[in-house]
Amino acid sequence: MNNKFDIIVIGAGVIGCNIARELSQYKLNVLVIEKDNDVCARASMANSAIVHSGYDPVPGTFKARFNVEGNRMFYDLCKRLDVECYQIGSLTIAMDDEQMKVLKDLEKRAAENKVPVKILDHDELLKEEPNVNPKAVGALLAPTAGIVDPFTFCAHNIENALDNGVKLHLNEEVKEIKDLKDHFEIKTNLGIYQSTIVINAAGHGSYKLGSQLEKLDYQITPRKGEYFVFDHYAKGLVNHTIFPLPSAKGKGILVTPTYSANYLIGPSSELSESEDHSTDPATLAMVKAGALEMVPSLPFNELIRVFAGVRATPSDHDFHIAPLKTHPKFIHLCGIESPGFVSSPAIAKYVVNELVSPLIKLEKKENYITHVRPKIETRKMSAEEKIKLIKEHPEYGEIICQCEKISKGEILDAMSRSDHPHTIKAIKKRCRAGFGKCQGGFCQPLVAKLISEYYHIPLTSVQYSKIGSNVVRYPTKGAKHD
Amino acid sequence: MIKKNYDLVVIGGGSAGMAGAIEARKLGIQDILIIEKNDYLGGILNQCVHNGFGLTEFKEELTGPEFMTRLSDQVKELKIDYVLNTTVTSLLPDKTIYASNQEGFYIIKAKSVLVTTGCYERNAGAIMLPGDRPSGVVTAGTAQLYLNIYGYLVGKRVFILGSGDIGLIMARRLTLEGAKVLGVAELCPYSNGLNRNIVQCLEDFHIPLYLSHTVSDVDGYDGILHGITISQVDEHNQIIPGTEKKYECDTLLLSVGLIPNSPLLRDAGVKLSRNKGAIVNERYETSIPGVFSAGNVLHVHDLVDLVTKESRLVAHFIKEYLDGKESAQDKYLDVIASDGVGYVLPHKVSLNNTHDVTFKFRVRKPIKDLNVIFLDKDSEIKKIFKPVLIPSEMTEITLTSEELKKFKNNITVKVEKKI
Repeated sequence: MNNKFDIIVIGAGVIGCNIARELSQYKLNVLVIEKDNDVCARASMANSAIVHSGYDPVPGTFKARFNVEGNRMFYDLCKRLDVECYQIGSLTIAMDDEQMKVLKDLEKRAAENKVPVKILDHDELLKEEPNVNPKAVGALLAPTAGIVDPFTFCAHNIENALDNGVKLHLNEEVKEIKDLKDHFEIKTNLGIYQSTIVINAAGHGSYKLGSQLEKLDYQITPRKGEYFVFDHYAKGLVNHTIFPLPSAKGKGILVTPTYSANYLIGPSSELSESEDHSTDPATLAMVKAGALEMVPSLPFNELIRVFAGVRATPSDHDFHIAPLKTHPKFIHLCGIESPGFVSSPAIAKYVVNELVSPLIKLEKKENYITHVRPKIETRKMSAEEKIKLIKEHPEYGEIICQCEKISKGEILDAMSRSDHPHTIKAIKKRCRAGFGKCQGGFCQPLVAKLISEYYHIPLTSVQYSKIGSNVVRYPTKGAKHD
Repeated sequence: MIKKNYDLVVIGGGSAGMAGAIEARKLGIQDILIIEKNDYLGGILNQCVHNGFGLTEFKEELTGPEFMTRLSDQVKELKIDYVLNTTVTSLLPDKTIYASNQEGFYIIKAKSVLVTTGCYERNAGAIMLPGDRPSGVVTAGTAQLYLNIYGYLVGKRVFILGSGDIGLIMARRLTLEGAKVLGVAELCPYSNGLNRNIVQCLEDFHIPLYLSHTVSDVDGYDGILHGITISQVDEHNQIIPGTEKKYECDTLLLSVGLIPNSPLLRDAGVKLSRNKGAIVNERYETSIPGVFSAGNVLHVHDLVDLVTKESRLVAHFIKEYLDGKESAQDKYLDVIASDGVGYVLPHKVSLNNTHDVTFKFRVRKPIKDLNVIFLDKDSEIKKIFKPVLIPSEMTEITLTSEELKKFKNNITVKVEKKI
């Protein structure tokens, strides 16, 4: 096995996946190492999935730069990679005259960041959003903001990279990095690799890895955000992403439609000591109260899921994207909290064009594949289209997930892609099977069976998400299984 | 072979769907199609391998698969058309049905529709289960499917949240399969399962039932369940600090309620009640004329025998509808669940109704020595004494057509302690 690479990317979150895609257009030998058993498994999976406009980061910061640049790249990139993404605009609500003054300041900040915004008065706001609290006095409209399918965004970034020759190792955790001057030696739980350049995009793990080589002059604190997800029946509840005024704790509790026509409410903002993804009723009650303040008619009887995501918050409040001072070929990305998701394509471009290019020759591949194979989604098709499709591909006629109407064909297609998702959660993220009101109660066993058949593994080996999270563990007494 | 037109399309081939179709055929409805998503008829009964079914329907005690075979045998004998592995993706307000399977995509026109799509299980998200969200936290019915259809156990050290019947049945079933069931926690100060299941599934196996307890934390670091904490709750369901008990376990089964599986109806524009079942009149007709609903998609039943009974009754109303005896333009009296009553069915009664109507309802809390009172707005029309009513057992009370004529404003149902 060849263990020598030009570039090793550590971490397959949204940043790692974008960097891998960006690198894959060049004649380079690239490996992505991911400790979880799927890409997009931590902060990239559990966040607000907003294509932020970029009006609020402090001008001049990396956050402001990459947010604005990322926003400008995002919609085209999503089109190219066949990712659902909708430019619905955001509204930041002022509840009183004092807050309205702050909106005026934010309007100035938006101008500095070169982000188009418009202040709406009470009547204009209520016309746009009839369900917003009528006590609101106005809002800042940022029309370039949007919503995205965060899971497919990551999956199709890595798929495009893999289609272009990048390698991906899942279930492998980097333990030790040594700079041997002409190359790095990277020790994982499974092997030892050599690489000319290392790009550390390990999310929460990034700080610890970087610290192995150099003392870092800032700290990272995990900051948890808890969310509610509603089913997609309360149509037209809100049409934009609704924010309160931003504060020191972040962008605040938002109410937004999602790409899948669900509604997302959250996040909280709690500093913690570890990467803890638990939810607790008291915090969620606070999130609920905050959201009800903005949208009083939120139908909490449509609740189908709660979850928590953990951002890596840097003590100096800006992204760290630079080679380590003492190790110039170790490109260290750290503290990429919100607005990291929207920033990711711009960060990737910056990393490759500005940071990698001085270190290694970048020569374009002749046969570079620019697009991923488009998804076939039966729920979006007309009856006539479905009649034709099923005639040619019968597997699209068998519905596996009743809630979201996901066919067997869609799940088989996902597994046949170059990133080969092989857990219940990985399928859920790509196809939405298990995304609905019953949360996989009906389809999980069917999906588990499809995984077991496709990969020729026993049902007892099918994982829910992380390694060891088997969906079933033991055969029944006297059961005969192949 | 699926035809383009039917007199009656039954969506869902479980006990409600089959019983409704059988009765409809016996009443002379010719063109009937049952559409079933699974590759077998009988729905959830197939995984209910325990006994206790059929005591009223067949006057003997059967297992779920036996009960469902009795029905599917009749479906076959009566040559009722059915298709398996077929999902209805849409029901339109004009009773056009879109259905999909591996052979094709179908557009079916139905003169009448019976929606019998059953229910689904309330899950961790809907109850805001605190803590982590690892694998090993599974709804009881899903674990039952893995166990009884697939032949696998989710785990071997099990705690159960909720004393719903499926959870209780699973406690016994898992114990017999060699798993250790550590206990059952129930938020309410009373059990929500049938009494016979408490005795036969818990007490007989020395499995403790913790009333007024809930799961206050799930330890599932990195996606794998390691253990749970249960705590006692006060009368407002708030956790009482200091009452925590920790359990190491690999499985947490949730048996915390069932919800009508009604999105097809909802997407068709049918008005739903707070329980998510359709709002129906005394003919079990929804807000779309010719679209009927019965079984657990309408309201969750205690016993399958009550499901089939309801569905057979609805077949008569469908027959009347197809014979042109419909009353779509009727004015209705609303039926209102008042003090102590969770819900009442039907939700409204037609002013030109000439039949006796059986009202089905559940009390909110267990209550002894009570009167069930039917009022027309504020004036009492009928009062019936009951020694005891509990939420887990549905109550049926029939009002005669003569009695129903006395109601002018609405039909309000309440329970109160007999003084």
